[in-house]
Amino acid sequence: MQEEKKGRRDFMGKALGAWVAVGGIGALYAMKRTWDPLPSVKAAGFTTIDLADAQPNQLVVEKWRGKPIFVLKKSADMKKDPRDVVVGDDHFLIAIGLCTHLGCIPAYVGAEHKFKCACHGGEFNASGEVLKSPPPSPLVIPPFTIDGTKLVLGEAGPEFKKLKDAGLIA
Amino acid sequence: MRELKILAVVVFFSLLTYYLVEPYAHSQMHKHVEGHNFVYTGEDDIQEASKEKKEVKEKFWSEVKTIAALKGDPAAGEAGFGMCMGCHNGAGVNMGGVIPPNLDHAGALYSKNYLIALIKDPAMASNVDHKYADTMTHPMGSVKTMFTDNQSIADVVAYLMTKKAGDVTPKEAYEEACGRCHAMRYAKLTQLGETPKFKHEKDALAYKIKVIDAQDAVKAYMGKLPPDLSIMIRARSEHFMETFVENPQSQLSGTSMPRTGLTEEGYAKVKAYLEEVGDPSKPKREAVGPWVLGFFFIFTILAYLWKQSQWRDLH
Amino acid sequence: MAHFDENAKPFSNKWLDERIGLNTLKRVLNTEYWIPKNINFLWAMGMVLAATFGILLVSGIMLLMYYKPDTNLAFDSVNYTIMSEVGYGWLWRHVHAVGASIVFLIIYIHMFTGIYYGSYKRGRELIWLSGMGLFVAFSAEAFSGYMLPWGQMSYWAGMVITNLFSLGSLDVTGLVEWIRGDYVPGDAYLTRFFMLHVMLIPLAIIGLIVLHFGTLRLPHVNNQESEEIDFEESAALWKAGKRKESKVIPFSPVFLSKDVFVMGVYFILFFYLVFYNFEFAMDPVNFDPADGLKTPTHIYPEWYFLWSYEILRPFSKDIGLIAFGVAQAAMFFLPFIDRSPNVAPAHKRGLFQIWFWVLLIDMITLTAMGKLPPTNPTFATIGLIAAVLFLAMGPILFIITMFEKKIEKGA
Repeated sequence: MQEEKKGRRDFMGKALGAWVAVGGIGALYAMKRTWDPLPSVKAAGFTTIDLADAQPNQLVVEKWRGKPIFVLKKSADMKKDPRDVVVGDDHFLIAIGLCTHLGCIPAYVGAEHKFKCACHGGEFNASGEVLKSPPPSPLVIPPFTIDGTKLVLGEAGPEFKKLKDAGLIA
Repeated sequence: MRELKILAVVVFFSLLTYYLVEPYAHSQMHKHVEGHNFVYTGEDDIQEASKEKKEVKEKFWSEVKTIAALKGDPAAGEAGFGMCMGCHNGAGVNMGGVIPPNLDHAGALYSKNYLIALIKDPAMASNVDHKYADTMTHPMGSVKTMFTDNQSIADVVAYLMTKKAGDVTPKEAYEEACGRCHAMRYAKLTQLGETPKFKHEKDALAYKIKVIDAQDAVKAYMGKLPPDLSIMIRARSEHFMETFVENPQSQLSGTSMPRTGLTEEGYAKVKAYLEEVGDPSKPKREAVGPWVLGFFFIFTILAYLWKQSQWRDLH
Repeated sequence: MAHFDENAKPFSNKWLDERIGLNTLKRVLNTEYWIPKNINFLWAMGMVLAATFGILLVSGIMLLMYYKPDTNLAFDSVNYTIMSEVGYGWLWRHVHAVGASIVFLIIYIHMFTGIYYGSYKRGRELIWLSGMGLFVAFSAEAFSGYMLPWGQMSYWAGMVITNLFSLGSLDVTGLVEWIRGDYVPGDAYLTRFFMLHVMLIPLAIIGLIVLHFGTLRLPHVNNQESEEIDFEESAALWKAGKRKESKVIPFSPVFLSKDVFVMGVYFILFFYLVFYNFEFAMDPVNFDPADGLKTPTHIYPEWYFLWSYEILRPFSKDIGLIAFGVAQAAMFFLPFIDRSPNVAPAHKRGLFQIWFWVLLIDMITLTAMGKLPPTNPTFATIGLIAAVLFLAMGPILFIITMFEKKIEKGA
């Protein structure tokens, strides 16, 4: 008799505890949503760059999602690369301007057609490929789509998907 | 049972306090204003008017009634409307203090009686005649010289009511009826419409100066800059909003805000937009509320059973 | 050095007991923290308050993530970012606003319960005093929080309340400016009240809650008949399995189970208000941005400050301020004003019972008059009478309790 009562007491306490846990999960979900990036932050994750104004061998740095974006129009004497973004007849390097080693911003040396990173001495060529370690991989190409001479960063268009399918970008 | 009696006492005094500080206090604090369901017959205007003006207003609104009874011809009205287009062209250019409103949905938004009155005498119709010694000096005052006979007014209003009465979205309703004077920063709207995005700060600042110029013009005309309406829907009670929009003088005597002449449906559209911007969480509140309350109902039942199991052999 | 069992598994009951005295903690705080059995739901208000404080803390932390204590940004960070952009931001804000208002309803119920059952009397004075400390801290917390949305009510409440510190005709404007950090409530003012609201006062509240619980441990919770219980004897009965005969129950799980049930009922009311009836806690006037050049037509404090506001209002400036000060302090002295040796519920204490109900009704009257427009002479007169009566309630209590008949034990 005594045991039976105790059993019922424990059971009801546990049932209530389980129900509170359900509510707790709901509350945690709401808290998680509060931590999410704001819709306005996400909506602002697109940057449009007009490539028509670019000059050959002159690096333009734009900003996309808080990161620097390298836009480099290749001059005739620069090597073409399958990773180039082609608009009309012009070839461009479009890449996130952060060294793939530890995230410093490499400087462009126009005369040598090279990116040199001051932090740990890494070097990239004008197509973003590694010339000198420590960087383990080429400069990263952000998702983009081409709209006439305009480049929209943040949206994966057909050209971007093609590069991706070809295994040229991670 | 003793415990329930105590509960009754607690509930009684809590509700009494609530009643006194909320419904009762607010009923004493605010002026009582009767609504008219957005029907414009000038009843209030005549009642509020000073002795010397009463007669003029009575005459004015009775003429409006006469015109409303006439059968208007939309085809004839179209030619008359051509004159309106001189100013109401949607160009957003300030004329005499205000930007003439776009009339694309006038027939859907505004009451017929109001439109008739407005063409007859804009200052009288919008109940701001106290601002003008001669209502001819109202920015739209010259309309009186354009439509001089009753039939031409009936015709142009018939034209508006049939040809300019297409479907209107809440946002369009807001922009046409309120947006020329009121900004709404939470929707990125100013007196000049939607604020575009600028890449260069210089362009953004140049645009800002244009907005300030437009606001200064409205300010010069209205006496003060009409308030931003972003969350007006939460800052004023439903009743206040309705009666104020219907006749601004009723709630704020002497205000320079003109009556807009919205119909009940037109106001419903405007209100929907004010709510969409000013109280966007309302649909989410209504969706989440029942779940949370349901959770606590079950919580309470389980807690009661637990309590019963703990307390059953105590007495 | 104490003995540590080599074979105890890490984090097992025994292992923890040897290190932090787990079993002692459980015993002292839960299973052998004895609560009288003869209680009603009013005894759950303490835990209801603790739960509400917890809700305010959590919702407050969520709001902190996007709130900006800057006069140019505060209003829109609350009304735009939090209300329309942040996921469930509107929920936290509604919960926080309703919680801040309703917590005072529970505080008042809790206080009047204490007064009715004589729970401030001999042996329990410190419970009352620490509780009053909490009341003051919660009031400061509510006021400082009210500044943060930087609406019209925030600004003008800040203006009016800080002006009280000019101390009437003493005109200590220096003190007022010092409190504001400016000539009027401005950026410095908002930021420092933000600091008070999210840091200093919450710390004080948490400390006071610990103290309040501490003062409760030895005198124990009072009971419906204010009976003096031999806790040791009753506890022994309970431990011997004589649940019926014992006059006490352990805090956990028996007392707690009833608390949780009361909390459930309370939460239904609470969330009903959060979702469907929140305007009493989120005044429309505060949805107009602060404007230092335009006072709203009607300004009034939140409902829980109205009674003290009304004590200030009907008098001339200096007298009003003194009356206000006296009223705020008087409550602290309740255990010492009450001269009667009887520890008994009001219905057994003759005149005290009348005094109790008069006090309650007087405070409700003050509350109502504090919000009603004073331009109406009827309301102004009722307010004045109620304020004078409130001030007289202290001396009256002193006199009636001096002559209160001693209740004989067992009578």
